Amino acid sequence: MNQPNGSGESWGTRLGVILAVTGSAVGLGNFLRFPGLAAQFEGGAFMIPYAVAFLILGLPIAWVEWSMGRYGGKYGFNSTPGCYFAICNRSRPAAYMGVLGLLVPVMIYMFYVFIEAWCLGFAWKYLIGDPALLGTATDTDVTTGTYVLDFVGIKENGSLFHNFFGSSLVHLLICFVLNFVLIYRGLNKGIEWFCKWAMPALVLCAVIVLIRVLTLAPNPVNENQNVINGLGYMWNPGGIVMPETLPAEATEAASEVAAATTDAVSDATPEKKSLLTTLSDPEIWLAAAGQIFFSLSVGFGVIITYSSYLKKDDDVALSSLTAAAGNGFCEVALGGMILIPAAFVFLGVLDEKTLDSAFQLGFMVLPQVFAQMPGGQFFGFLFFFLLFLAAVTSSLSMLQPAIAFLEEGLDINRKMSVTILGFVTFVGTMFVVYFSENLAALDAIDFWVATFCIYVLATVQVIIFGWVLGVDEGYEELMTGAEIKVHKSFKFIVKYVSPLFLLIIFAVWIFKALPKRIENIGHVEGLALGFIAIMLTFFLLLIASATKRWNKTGKGKVAQ
Amino acid sequence: MNIGGWIIMSLSVGGMTTLLGWCIYKVLSTPGSSEHLHTQIDIDPHDDDDDD
Repeated sequence: MNQPNGSGESWGTRLGVILAVTGSAVGLGNFLRFPGLAAQFEGGAFMIPYAVAFLILGLPIAWVEWSMGRYGGKYGFNSTPGCYFAICNRSRPAAYMGVLGLLVPVMIYMFYVFIEAWCLGFAWKYLIGDPALLGTATDTDVTTGTYVLDFVGIKENGSLFHNFFGSSLVHLLICFVLNFVLIYRGLNKGIEWFCKWAMPALVLCAVIVLIRVLTLAPNPVNENQNVINGLGYMWNPGGIVMPETLPAEATEAASEVAAATTDAVSDATPEKKSLLTTLSDPEIWLAAAGQIFFSLSVGFGVIITYSSYLKKDDDVALSSLTAAAGNGFCEVALGGMILIPAAFVFLGVLDEKTLDSAFQLGFMVLPQVFAQMPGGQFFGFLFFFLLFLAAVTSSLSMLQPAIAFLEEGLDINRKMSVTILGFVTFVGTMFVVYFSENLAALDAIDFWVATFCIYVLATVQVIIFGWVLGVDEGYEELMTGAEIKVHKSFKFIVKYVSPLFLLIIFAVWIFKALPKRIENIGHVEGLALGFIAIMLTFFLLLIASATKRWNKTGKGKVAQ
Repeated sequence: MNIGGWIIMSLSVGGMTTLLGWCIYKVLSTPGSSEHLHTQIDIDPHDDDDDD
């Protein structure tokens, strides 16, 4: 444990630490991705695998990543392949296994920046008082629903390029340039005040929105579409419990979604599954683990990179626990209470396809909540602008692992690394933007990279930590400088429970759900998989070159 | 919303709130927390000026 050395530290400083650590956890995954997933997988039933994943995967693997990163950093490595190389006794195959630590953050960035642009676009439109978003448009053809669908280009592939200034494309270019200017000039660390002040402001704003959602009046078209039933839609285990009289006619906004995404709103009560039936679906376990990893940034390769820069007496145990707790609070207590209940009130029961595009759902529903709030324009602006800032902090951190790898692997400077990465991510983002019909490319990369690959990478991490580095040495690394004492059961969990859990779920998913998933792969998803394969090959070739260089120069032979 | 929904919602929200509350207490009662606790965004990669 550390010796206390900050006796003169003020409460304000400590409060700042809390705000920074918990604020760093807030992002798009909390408010947009989690609620859609939860509702898609039978609401409350989803919370069972979610809680299990949080306790035996998210938290332990977060500690694993922070510890492995700092361990690799002692040998002068800052990337996942480099840290694996150091931990596995300079093994080249181990470095190759770290390829997902580069692929995952880079490819998630490709769609994440697109959603970041929607946040910026919405913030701007609220700022200027765009009548379509405020629900005050006099042109009856321009409603919130159609407006949003056009803005994100959901109706047709390539449609964003036909309407540059009316779509999210201009905001995307602003976001893309902003991210790379910040990271090119090395200013990313200068935006820590975002975390310290803007993120808590986002949480406060979310609380205000939550209060408004919980006080929404029932839908005038169908009074069964009220907040209590909306909460039931989100939290009831084993399926949606609705009165027999479901909406005979969809609301206007629901019709617009339906027109664009086909059958978005169900006209019949969904088949109620038993809790056990729901939990026997391997996809719910995979999705829950994927969500935990996504929102905690675990299994990304991001934490391992940042922790590699820490000093040996820095705390990683309490820092990561506080970040995980802040993330969980924002996700469950705020995110879980806002989007789906509000969506239910305005749109009724949604089908899986719509819930699957949780990001899209958020941008459809929240404007309608703000349209019914006093000061909705102000809060709409504030909420989306703060969400945009949260997204910027996340997207900047997604770029750092690849930059660190290019620097240490190819011996090039930061600016050259940023330039290469800028080109690669620009190509990928344009792919996502072009195939915007039903957000097919975004959803494909979200599943195959932000769920599947993260899951694989987390499995690799925990096996290397538990079985190669060794739980005793790993635990010692975790406890070095720690401000809390992590129970020793952590060692058993990381060595046996977490890998076994990951492998069993993964094997069952491959056996039961993968064939169906592959059968349903469409044209765009096929292209996305091809693109992922190209990116994977690109990074593998770079790792081959890097390991040759490390062996030649003897990098990492002695701990620094 | 049925009783199962209320229970799961209460446990989920309450559990996360309690965990966060405990973490905040630990941070506030830990001397030197501002020097030893970190988040991704406040960690300096030390490579900004390598080509200048």
